Amino acid sequence: MKYLGYITAHLWRHKRRTFLTVSSIAIALFLFCTLRTVMTSFDAALRASADTRLVVRHAASLVFPLPFSYRDRLAQIDGVTGVSYGNWFGGIYQDPKNNFAQFAVDVPTFVKLFPEVEMPPDQVSAWLAERTSCVVGATLAAKYGWKLGDAIPIQGTIYPGEYRFTVRGIYKGKTADVDENTLFFHWDYLNEAMPAVRKDWVGIYWLEIPNGDMAADVSGRVDALYANSSQPTKTETEKAFQASFISMMGNVSLLMTILGSAILFAILLVTINTMMMAARERTTEIAVLKTIGFSDDLVLRLVGAEAILVSVTGGILGCVAAWLIFQRVDFTAGGMFPNFTVMPQTVGLGIVLAIAMGLVSGLVPALQAGRLRIATALRKVA
Amino acid sequence: MAGIPLVYSIRNLAVRRTSTTLTALGIGAVAWVFIFTLALAGGFEAALRTTGSPKNAIVVRSGAASELMSIVSREGASSITAQPEIARAADGSPFAASELVVIWNLERNSGSTTNVIVRGVSPHSLALREKAKLHAGRLFRPGLNEIVVGKLVSERFKQCALDDKIKLAGREWTVVGILDAAGSAYDSEVWGDVELFMPVFDRPVFQNVTLRLDDPTHFEALKKRLEADPRYSLQVKREDEFYAAQSGMMATFLRGLGLFVTIIMALGAVFGALNTMYASVASRTKEIGTLLALGFSRGAVMTSVLVESVALCLVGGVIGCLLALPVRSFTTGTMSFATFSELAFRFDVTPMMMVSGLVFAALMGLVGGFFPARRAAMMPITEAVRQA
Repeated sequence: MKYLGYITAHLWRHKRRTFLTVSSIAIALFLFCTLRTVMTSFDAALRASADTRLVVRHAASLVFPLPFSYRDRLAQIDGVTGVSYGNWFGGIYQDPKNNFAQFAVDVPTFVKLFPEVEMPPDQVSAWLAERTSCVVGATLAAKYGWKLGDAIPIQGTIYPGEYRFTVRGIYKGKTADVDENTLFFHWDYLNEAMPAVRKDWVGIYWLEIPNGDMAADVSGRVDALYANSSQPTKTETEKAFQASFISMMGNVSLLMTILGSAILFAILLVTINTMMMAARERTTEIAVLKTIGFSDDLVLRLVGAEAILVSVTGGILGCVAAWLIFQRVDFTAGGMFPNFTVMPQTVGLGIVLAIAMGLVSGLVPALQAGRLRIATALRKVA
Repeated sequence: MAGIPLVYSIRNLAVRRTSTTLTALGIGAVAWVFIFTLALAGGFEAALRTTGSPKNAIVVRSGAASELMSIVSREGASSITAQPEIARAADGSPFAASELVVIWNLERNSGSTTNVIVRGVSPHSLALREKAKLHAGRLFRPGLNEIVVGKLVSERFKQCALDDKIKLAGREWTVVGILDAAGSAYDSEVWGDVELFMPVFDRPVFQNVTLRLDDPTHFEALKKRLEADPRYSLQVKREDEFYAAQSGMMATFLRGLGLFVTIIMALGAVFGALNTMYASVASRTKEIGTLLALGFSRGAVMTSVLVESVALCLVGGVIGCLLALPVRSFTTGTMSFATFSELAFRFDVTPMMMVSGLVFAALMGLVGGFFPARRAAMMPITEAVRQA
């Protein structure tokens, strides 16, 4: 530690070079944290979904609805303590670019089954009382400046026509993982607006079960019940349901890993180069250090420590920058993506990588410095 | 006096071999990432762009951005196929196809599941899609439990090879043919007989009517007449534009992600290039002083250092381009937001992208070389030559 002054003084002597190197490492780690956060956030969205809720959908895919008549039958199944249901509305607010999810849900059961969607009690009752009302997530309300009592026109795509919903509640998530970018409205309202052939169809059913251990049993019972009907079902935990969405995105995580490695690789090369240049310039100086009695080992460590100091500084800066950006900016693209939060583990991994980069980049110059023969070095003219 | 010979700049790079190699490789990695992300977004877009043909028109329900959201009733479909602007097939029938489109959950080879488009097609469907050809096997026979699958479906999903049996809608279907649609979206689809699919999938309506125009200029007339018909709220689009528009959101996302990553990464690499070039200039202060003393203009010195920096980065750019070539053989798939189903595509490395990669590398060289070059050019001659 007592040599810290020597190391910093040396770094300070080449302010520009130090600044450039620290910056390039900061950039690499910033990108690394960013990409990694995208991945971990998808996982976090998974964790946010409950194990004690099952999702029942048509076995083929989500575009096929299930009959409304399933509701009462599902409620009687052993182990099911509550049933709610909803349809994906997929409407457009003003412009197709304004992307956020809208769900038609059975409000009385929905509020019971989804305690993580939190609203003041008076807003819940106002929502329950009014057929054309809706509730919106806090992030969504802030984005479009909606207040209680505002009427929101939504153009249907799957369900043609314009629908107007009055905002009667603004919900917040009980935990940070809960998405606050959705609009929920009354399923009854949508159903009544449908022509006869499209009435009484449900997109998905949610089943409440007392504990996660029963998930497999209950799912099996539901699917067995409808296996031979014209609308067979697929029942899975909400977590598995969400996971299937993420798997639809394809090899996102592989792509992120490829990009992340390429970035670290590029910056590593650049840093190695800088460290080697820095050491080369100092050949004479290192020889002098050795002449006045610094051991080979100590010189090796001094040069290596310099590299590590540079890259760790860069690493911390990069991770902090990533953290700040995700803290301040909303990347959810209207609920398309989960809330991005930089995990402490990501920062930790980033710092470890920075140390590793420091070690690798400092290795060659440090070894060279350690092995340097005084006589040859001093004979060399600059 | 003339400029400093090009070879001087190049030799300077050769002298500092390690440093040049490391920096060039770093720049190369940036160029590679740049091309990689372009190829990703480009491949996705190309798959959808090449799906439609400008000779065809597609009729869907008004407001439907994809076939999935569309409904065309049987009456609507007969009224569409009766329009005069439709070309005639060899047998004299209207060259048009009414199709059913559903999405179905299939299992990938990797074990995960995703949605795949299952299209019920009419006799003219295949001929209407000029890019789609039967690659292996034969076409399904109407009325039988037979399907043909796109090439990429066959490669990426379980039980989708020729002669395999797969379960859809409670029935077992035999894969009798493989479709090659030249990388377009049809490569990610499953096709079968629409008249059989409708009862089996319990769908009483079509999703689209695709038709060949007898003359592309008749499009407007057809569009005007059909869209004005109050009985069926329909929308007529050129087929190529219809599919190309579906790539919007995902391609923008991919491109945005790519641009974000590359620009920031380029910044980091430029810092590295700056370091290298500053060091290069600093280590030959005396040499540059001598050049100036010999009478080379400051502009010539500056140009020479810039050339060196650009050459350094171009070497990197070329490395990046070469490494990007194997990327072409990658196939990946991602969800198309418009159809909510998987669209598989090949990374599309075009010569244009490689040129962009080189230009990008050169640009990094210019930026990274500018300040060091200016410093070299501004050196006071007397001090520079006196330096040890």
